Amino acid sequence: MWNFPLFPEQASTTARQVDLIFLVELGVVVFFSVLICALIVFFAIRYRRGAKVNRDNPPIHSTAVEIIWVGIPLVITLGIFVVGTAIFFDIYAPPGDASRIYVVGKQWMWKLKHPEGKREINELHVPVGRPVELWMTSEDVIHSFYVPAFRIKQDVLPGRYTSIWFKPTKPGKYHLFCAEYCGTNHSRMGGWIYVMDPAEYEKWLTDGTQTDGTMAMQGKDLFVKHHCAGCHGVESTVKAPKLEGVYGSRVPITEGNEIQPHFVVADDRYIRSSILLPKSQVVAGYAPVMPSYQGQIGEDDLLTIIEYIKSLGSKGTRETRR
Amino acid sequence: MSNEHADNGHGHATAVDTDGHGHATGHGHEDHIHAEPTNPLFKYVFSCDHKVIGIQFLFSGLLFFVLGGLLAMAVRWQLAWPWKPMPILSRLIPSWAENNYLMPPDWYNKLFTMHGTVMIFFVIIPLLTGAFGNFLIPLMIGARDMAFPKLNMFSYWAMPFAFIAIANAFIVTGGAPSAGWTSYPTLSTSPTSTPGSFEAQTWWLVALLFAGISSLMGSINYITTIIMLRAPGMKMFRMPMSVWGLFITAILQAFALPVLTSALVMQLLDRTVGTNFFSPAGWVVANGPAVVGGGLPLLWQHLFWFYSHPAVYIMILPAMGFVSDIISTFSRKPLFGYKPMVFAIAAIAGLGFIVWGHHMFQSGMNPALGATFMLSTMMIALPSAIKVFNWLGTMWGGRIQFTAAMLNAIAFVAMFLIGGLSGIFMAATPVDMHIHDTYFIVAHLHYVLFGGSTFGIFAAIYFWFPKMFGRMMNEPLGKIHFVLTFIFFNGTFFLMHIIGMHGHPRRIADPTVYEFLRGSGITGMNQFMTLSAFGLGLTQILFAVNFFYSLFAGPKAPNNPWHANTLEWTIASPPPYFNFAKIPTVYHAPYEYSVPGVEADFLPQTQPRPTEAGPLDPVMS
Repeated sequence: MWNFPLFPEQASTTARQVDLIFLVELGVVVFFSVLICALIVFFAIRYRRGAKVNRDNPPIHSTAVEIIWVGIPLVITLGIFVVGTAIFFDIYAPPGDASRIYVVGKQWMWKLKHPEGKREINELHVPVGRPVELWMTSEDVIHSFYVPAFRIKQDVLPGRYTSIWFKPTKPGKYHLFCAEYCGTNHSRMGGWIYVMDPAEYEKWLTDGTQTDGTMAMQGKDLFVKHHCAGCHGVESTVKAPKLEGVYGSRVPITEGNEIQPHFVVADDRYIRSSILLPKSQVVAGYAPVMPSYQGQIGEDDLLTIIEYIKSLGSKGTRETRR
Repeated sequence: MSNEHADNGHGHATAVDTDGHGHATGHGHEDHIHAEPTNPLFKYVFSCDHKVIGIQFLFSGLLFFVLGGLLAMAVRWQLAWPWKPMPILSRLIPSWAENNYLMPPDWYNKLFTMHGTVMIFFVIIPLLTGAFGNFLIPLMIGARDMAFPKLNMFSYWAMPFAFIAIANAFIVTGGAPSAGWTSYPTLSTSPTSTPGSFEAQTWWLVALLFAGISSLMGSINYITTIIMLRAPGMKMFRMPMSVWGLFITAILQAFALPVLTSALVMQLLDRTVGTNFFSPAGWVVANGPAVVGGGLPLLWQHLFWFYSHPAVYIMILPAMGFVSDIISTFSRKPLFGYKPMVFAIAAIAGLGFIVWGHHMFQSGMNPALGATFMLSTMMIALPSAIKVFNWLGTMWGGRIQFTAAMLNAIAFVAMFLIGGLSGIFMAATPVDMHIHDTYFIVAHLHYVLFGGSTFGIFAAIYFWFPKMFGRMMNEPLGKIHFVLTFIFFNGTFFLMHIIGMHGHPRRIADPTVYEFLRGSGITGMNQFMTLSAFGLGLTQILFAVNFFYSLFAGPKAPNNPWHANTLEWTIASPPPYFNFAKIPTVYHAPYEYSVPGVEADFLPQTQPRPTEAGPLDPVMS
């Protein structure tokens, strides 16, 4: 009846690293808890009032002893710090070959989108053994993308992109939670991650009813629909920055009375804010005439349009987190 | 500190031994003793007497403890039997009928929000700093009252505004606040995001503002009183650990509270006049009106935790002080390493200001910043190790008396140890990534706040009840209460570590929607925890019976029932209106137990050390 595993399932490369530190810490904590609790009980019994024991010269302080019991935890915690930090940096540095999946959280569902165009709700299909980067934002309140079997968790914030990556190691079906309390039906905001064999995954990606093409193609449609193409399109005669090759490049910006422009990298964040708050960082040499699209384009469409702009060619290296 | 040096010079015990009362002149509190007010309204209600104010905080704190406890019972019911109607309550509340007499998820969200809010802001902080801070500080440093008695009265009478606001929050449209005790925007700022954010969240903010004002007034008073009004000979390093704990806590409050206050005002403005401190650009919630935005939701988290992490130490440092005094008294032995204990408290408080980011490792923080917070967090293990080992060292070679107060104090050490050690799991960022926002955190924080703070509060009540009310509490009943509380406490909270490690998220109204939480293992553990929680709740009836019976019918307390050394035990129980008929002179730190050459096994701070005992060790005074 109490069919309960001692340890939660490990299904990603991160899980193994995290569990390693967890076990080391568990060892340290159990050792000291048991030792000290046993000493408390031992002293309590041995030195109880009325017990006939030798109480001569009980020490009331000892600098040497204090140094020892500061020194031991210092060494242990520094050890954990070094190993933990290395793993932590690793968790936030996606490998170059990671494929990106877009995630939008809203009360109370997860909307996921593959660059190939496939959309999912509360389900995510990924191939085994390939790193996946999640590029996430929220439409309303803060959510948190949590897959216990992968040992990953990342808050998803409105008005901001956050990301995390994982590399599944075992095909199977794993729970997805929202870990940040997000209102009435928070407990029902979750779903499943399906880790599939790569061949099966390819089949899954291509078969299906969605026919509106890749995310970039969908983005192009949105680009036209929202009249972006009127000014930013290749044939446009309006003086607006052209978007070919802009993704990942350094664009010159003039703000206020600045004469010398400064440069910002045209990454996902910059493009998003250029659509929503176009007057905040205007490309040098252009008039601040673009209207704001605040409240008109949802977060998932923004991601789709950015994916299209990205497909117009990018300069230099892949944009890395922050 | 300069005042202390001016008063006492640099000698240790000798300087004061020779010229006794001469120091009092600088303080000027010998000469104006006001008469006790005769009007009961000013004697018991709007009193400026620190002892009455302390007892007012004690009673209101214990009253809210009952409310917070009942909220917790309801939370536990839902976690163990989410598909069963709650006995009695489910038929009484009209809104439950629509949900087949089951608890609606909104209700659950309100329960845990209010449980956390009430327990932290209306129980633990007011009990530790309000009740014991007020009652003990003047008595323990040999003063007749606080430095600012009227300010002290206002500090209590700011609380009823908070009580009214928080009570009102339960009944306004949409019901009680339901954004969690942390009230993260944008859940808390958008009126449409959760029913509690429609109106009640505003009252929540007002309640916390008043509670904060109360604490701020109290902390200024404590700092001033401790610096200015110490009796002659009461050098800083002769103060009892209780006073040290309260002093450093007051400093924490004075520096951290303004940040919370401004954050609360910012959220209040966001909610009422439409500012956008915490609302991002172009943002719409649940089909509500579009928001101009331009703010940052993460800003709140930084401001909130900049206060609320030090608040964790506000909730534990006074208890550490009380426990140090109690363990030393009942071990009949000096506190092990007095000065290292003081420095450890100061170090914990200092580190407390640079660790707030460890609540936000998953919030979208740069990993380099996360690593910095990880390091500062891990360093807290060092002063904490000093505390735990020194308590152990105090018991080593002692002559231990197991009173109810001592048992609670020992439990504090063991439970704080477990709660503190489980903190290193969270401090390690990769592990925190897994256990953050799971029941592991719930286990950790309850081991610190119940296993630590609450056992500390129980120990302090059993220890100082005779001084507060002039009557003894019933010891056997106190011991039974302790044993049952200890067992049920561990039964309630220990298994949370295990389900948390398996990824059981916190704050979920219905755990059965997930396959692995539906399994017999986790359901069984949840039901066991709930039964233990009910046992824990029922056990507190014993405490209430003991408390109120002893209040009226307990045996009369002698001046010094525990043979303790601190100044409050040198005067009558309960102390007279202005405490000390004559301001006492202090000759040594309060840990002179079992001094060679002294017949009794204790030596009050008002009596000089006998010459044959030799000079006092510099570490100890």
